[in-house]
Amino acid sequence: MRFETHQGVVRAVDGISFALAPGEVLGVVGESGSGKSVTSLALMGLVPTPPGVVEASLLRVAGHDVLGLDARAMRRLRGKEIAMIFQDPMTSLNPLLTVERQLTEVLVQHEGLTRRAARVRAATALGEVGIPAPETRLDAYPHELSGGMRQRVMVAMALLLSPKVLIADEPTTALDVTIQAQILDLMKDLQRRRGTAIVLITHDLGVVAGMADRLQVMYAGRVVETGPVDEVFAHAMHPYTLGLLRSVPRLGGDPELRLEAIEGAPPDLAALPQGCAFAPRCPFVQPACRASTPALIPVLAGRTSACFETAGLLPRRAREERK
Amino acid sequence: MNNAPLLRVRDLRKRFPAGGRSLFGAPRAWLDAVAGVSFDLERGESLGLVGESGCGKSTTARLLIGLITATSGSVQLDGAELIGLSRRGWMPHRRRMQMIFQDPYASLDPRQSVESILTEPLRIHRVGKPRSRRLRALELLDSVGLSAGHLARYPHEFSGGQRQRIGIARALALQPELILCDEPVSALDVSIQAQVLNLLRDLQEQHGFSYLFIAHDLAVVRHLCRRVAVMYLGRIVEIADRRELFETPQHPYTRALLSAIPVPDPAIERTRRRIVLSGDVPSPLAPPPGCAFHPRCPDEPRVPGNRCRREAPLLTPLDGTPRHSSACHLTTPAP
Repeated sequence: MRFETHQGVVRAVDGISFALAPGEVLGVVGESGSGKSVTSLALMGLVPTPPGVVEASLLRVAGHDVLGLDARAMRRLRGKEIAMIFQDPMTSLNPLLTVERQLTEVLVQHEGLTRRAARVRAATALGEVGIPAPETRLDAYPHELSGGMRQRVMVAMALLLSPKVLIADEPTTALDVTIQAQILDLMKDLQRRRGTAIVLITHDLGVVAGMADRLQVMYAGRVVETGPVDEVFAHAMHPYTLGLLRSVPRLGGDPELRLEAIEGAPPDLAALPQGCAFAPRCPFVQPACRASTPALIPVLAGRTSACFETAGLLPRRAREERK
Repeated sequence: MNNAPLLRVRDLRKRFPAGGRSLFGAPRAWLDAVAGVSFDLERGESLGLVGESGCGKSTTARLLIGLITATSGSVQLDGAELIGLSRRGWMPHRRRMQMIFQDPYASLDPRQSVESILTEPLRIHRVGKPRSRRLRALELLDSVGLSAGHLARYPHEFSGGQRQRIGIARALALQPELILCDEPVSALDVSIQAQVLNLLRDLQEQHGFSYLFIAHDLAVVRHLCRRVAVMYLGRIVEIADRRELFETPQHPYTRALLSAIPVPDPAIERTRRRIVLSGDVPSPLAPPPGCAFHPRCPDEPRVPGNRCRREAPLLTPLDGTPRHSSACHLTTPAP
């Protein structure tokens, strides 16, 4: 996916592939500008065109080809098959409408429910996300609710039509930790009960550690590593993942030790270096890294990495096993 | 030299008018953002102030540095009382403490060059001549890992992490004894946070100043601060040395806060028991009576006679550990 701007073409996402199984939680981590949010907007058909251009050989959500759909069909897909919750509930809830109107609109429009029946469904949905006295909350406006409550309303709204895929883009970043714990518990519970697949986009390694089954690490518009969350945390393959995991202070770590920071800063997407985008910051950089971009390839069972350093792992392992 | 701590804060309070004004101009309601905060900060020590949004931690920092006026209480810097001083009276003390802000995009003037930003504190306090100020600016840039070539540039030419370095250099300009950091890394990317945290620690080792470090990220605070205070609804509910606070937290809120933080380790995350608090942080406009934490407190039923609902517990040192205090009826039984 690229954006054609006055400053030139920005490749926000450059050739990424992934699949999400029903009921799976995929954690997508990366820093600002890594392309993690734009990917989800593409899945939702929400990339503004122009300036955005989305190209893919395959982009399917629950069997529907997102790129082939017209605006009308896309609207039907959203909500029913795929729904999204954002970081800041205030920007996605309409401040002029009551909670009831925001929730029932879709039920009346898409499902053909009567206002009365829709109200009952909406109240049930609020109850399900742990909002006390849901009947009375239906008449509230978003500004009358606390941050945690608003986020719950948004979760309720996203799950109203029981979508197969839920995209959660930094769903708890704007919340306090004790409220974050509540929302994460809620999402986990809903995923278990309804089998909703979740794409969880976050910069918080702690959040993915507790929630995700599989991890996808992004850097400068590309996926640099994927794998089961336990394995990636235990043995990161890509130098960027390794650096990221080492650079965060831990509650169990020795506070007297210096943090192992990644030097430098994430690159400008409009002026990417040739070769691997992480090469200028990479402690393991080789001449080859500056010449061409390493592809994301399988390195061990269930794991991929886009790095020349790890590229040899699989053949090496195979050779060792043959001996 | 005297034996007074660098900073002594006693019963500091800030009350904001809220809810508009009545016909005769009297505020309809009051918001107690800071409701009686007391602590000492020693020379060279770093104290972390943690808590959730609206707990009063940022207001406390702004009161200490005189950005807003306290309603009552006492703040002594090196034995000299600051509360009640005029703007002019503040000036000589003001240069001894500096602040580093959260948002490196908002805290630097976009129309000022880096040189102008770094020499401004020197100009205001009439330190040195233009030439020596320029040299000082170069020295400052070097100490935060930037180079002389950056001197003539403007804030928009820098990344978030570099801007925060400029903010740090500005805070160092007058060689302060105390630096107040208000969420200095929370706006930065994860890989940049570690760089800035390392820099903050290196600078303290070189210069020996004290930090008052405000953050909501407890792992960050634990990394940088030897002493930690936890705030809830305008009050300190627990204060202790790092090790004690993280290993044997006493206040039920501290325990819940520690257990709510997601740990970047899937094995731990999956198995550990989490105390999930019910409900939201109450509005400071209508704080609950008694202990402000009691409506969410899992331990409240263990205190007999509904005491938590009637009586606000005081921050009291625990038995045998004068450096560890907690404000809870469970940890300080009735006399």
